[in-house]
Amino acid sequence: MLVALVVFLPLLASAIAGFFGRTIGDRGSQVVTCGALVLSAICGIFVFREIMEQSAPQVLTIATWIASGGVDVAWSLRLDTLSGVMILVVTIVSSMVHIYSIGYMAHDHSIPRFMSYLSLFTFFMLMLVTANDFVQMFFGWEGVGLASYLLIGFWYDRDTANAAAIKAFVVNRVGDFGFALGIFAVFVLFGSLDFGTVFGKAPATTHEVMNFLGWQVPALTLCCLLLFVGAMGKSAQLGLHTWLPDAMEGPTPVSALIHAATMVTAGVYMVARLSPMFEYAPGALGFVGVIGGTTCMFAATIGMAQYDIKRVIAYSTCSQLGYMFFAAGVSAYGAAMFHLFTHAFFKALLFLCAGSVIHAMSGEQDMRRMGGLWKKIPITYVLMWIGSLALAGIPIFAGYYSKDAILAAAWASGTAVGRYSFCLGTFTAFLTAFYSWRLLIMTFHGETRADHETQHHIHESPWVMLAPLCVLAAGAMFAGMLADHFFVGEGREEFWKKAILVLPAHDSIAASEHNGGFIDSLPLIGGLIGIALAYICYMLRPGIPAAAAVHFRALYLFLLNKWYFDELYDRLFVRSAFSLGDGLWKTGDGAVVDGIINGIAARTRDAALGASRLQTGYVYHYAFAMLIGVVALITWYLIPR
Amino acid sequence: MLTIGLAHYLTVAAILFTLGIFGIFLNRKNVIIILMSIELMLLAVNINFVAFSVTLGDLVGQVFAMFVLTVAAAEAAIGLAILVVYFRNRGTIRVEDIRMMKG
Repeated sequence: MLVALVVFLPLLASAIAGFFGRTIGDRGSQVVTCGALVLSAICGIFVFREIMEQSAPQVLTIATWIASGGVDVAWSLRLDTLSGVMILVVTIVSSMVHIYSIGYMAHDHSIPRFMSYLSLFTFFMLMLVTANDFVQMFFGWEGVGLASYLLIGFWYDRDTANAAAIKAFVVNRVGDFGFALGIFAVFVLFGSLDFGTVFGKAPATTHEVMNFLGWQVPALTLCCLLLFVGAMGKSAQLGLHTWLPDAMEGPTPVSALIHAATMVTAGVYMVARLSPMFEYAPGALGFVGVIGGTTCMFAATIGMAQYDIKRVIAYSTCSQLGYMFFAAGVSAYGAAMFHLFTHAFFKALLFLCAGSVIHAMSGEQDMRRMGGLWKKIPITYVLMWIGSLALAGIPIFAGYYSKDAILAAAWASGTAVGRYSFCLGTFTAFLTAFYSWRLLIMTFHGETRADHETQHHIHESPWVMLAPLCVLAAGAMFAGMLADHFFVGEGREEFWKKAILVLPAHDSIAASEHNGGFIDSLPLIGGLIGIALAYICYMLRPGIPAAAAVHFRALYLFLLNKWYFDELYDRLFVRSAFSLGDGLWKTGDGAVVDGIINGIAARTRDAALGASRLQTGYVYHYAFAMLIGVVALITWYLIPR
Repeated sequence: MLTIGLAHYLTVAAILFTLGIFGIFLNRKNVIIILMSIELMLLAVNINFVAFSVTLGDLVGQVFAMFVLTVAAAEAAIGLAILVVYFRNRGTIRVEDIRMMKG
């Protein structure tokens, strides 16, 4: 029953802060939501320990939701290692972000609304990760999408924030459409939406085919691909990634919680959760791997050329999600979840540090107007170093273990997809280190480029912001070291139990133990080269980046403009949608619909105008009409018939 | 010697009635003339009543004539009162000017 507390405390807190925010005030709603979240996190740790002790997945049914014909859906909480890990990550990061928000949002006008949205998000996320069937998962999936929309557009008086919120919502709809189709396909194929039933039947359906748009396609692969489209939307993978950088319009705690640590990793969680299906659909796995590998490199290249501190980290998130996906694509689900776990800590840390910098800089986000901050905000500086070291995969920091495990597994899988993603992933390790140190140096070192007024106000953040950062920094330092053994090491069989399924032939993590030392150390070498290069370019010879930008102007613009994805989509979809809407509005609605209605109205008025001319207003005309009437009546009666 | 019979009375009444009708329709000047024309038509009806009453030896007709006179008097009083008020409000009782119902 403890798990019910974990899941429903945030909902309760959200309702209290949302509905009674005015009564209990700013302070009250902060206390309620933070209290509930910390309590939920503590319960979450106990729940995780309970899960570790039991051998089989436990399902706690709360109520029946849908019972209609063949569709049986219940509100239930599924507890196994996978959901346990997610509960742990979500509740801990969320509670830290809640506390951080007290400081960060201190000057905002609508604190209760913000806290309520954050808690609501946490509830939906927990619903998502504890789902025991596709429909409840979809419920959580849409719920976090809603919370994300509300929080991106939190500062609704900014046009850019509203546009970003709408963009996030619309792009996610594309993915969710795939997800919904996937759920339908699963129901058609398996006749059930319950995870247990579906996973049980999956091996027997490998040879079934399904009619899709006139083609006969392998049914299971189709299901997995459609579901993965949903994951691509939520996790901002290549093609559906455009919303994530724009989502940085939201307050920074939101970026840290939703768009770095938890919601965007829902796609990875989903693929890991559905591993019993994906394992029997090698085609779909290959696709996941290719998309993951490509996104990971693609996003990192863009991250190198951005100047907005939050956008750099956003592209970094996109890139790290790519790592997780190609890990899943080579059946290293354990490694994917491991990276998800460590990434949640260090990326939330990086984002919250960036928030602390922005807070210090009075809202400035452009790194070209920062620099030289390290003396003024030393604690943030140190914490940012920890986050960057973890992100770049430097030993003893969390990212090293998980990224290493992913790349080793990708190489060891031996497939073409694995090799492809290994090459891109290793190159990305170099890029990651480069842009992380570019960010560090541009922000904290060199000459101060801020204006005088801003410089005057630079101050270290209050402890209510720094304390959560320290907790996350501890996670970023030790999570990898401590959890390595369980997630991908010797203890993984015992740790995961039956939560994820890996066919013996696909077990790339096991195979990665036979990798050569050179392969294993490549990512680290790439990372160190990246750091060194960034140090040279931005610290020792600050002229180099500018010269490179001039020399490779085309490439620089290509990266600065994010591979022109936004422009492409604008041409392809946005404008055609607008012109279609314009046509329907002006021709369809304006000319046809309004034309008919207005035409009828105009004719009626003409007729009425004609009739009204009969009314002269002269008494004797009326009297004459009466007389004519009387005469006519009398004549009628007098005519003999 | 010409005997004045029923036909003569009816003829006079018809002429009066027609005069009344024309008085209403052809009059463009004054509302009072309309009122007078109505009186004229009522009188024509009265003549008919009385003529038939005498011819048929039935007093009911004459009783009716009395009633009609009463009603006519009342109607004339009310009509004139309305006219006075109307004149006070509008400053005119010309028939051409009374056309608020014009569409």
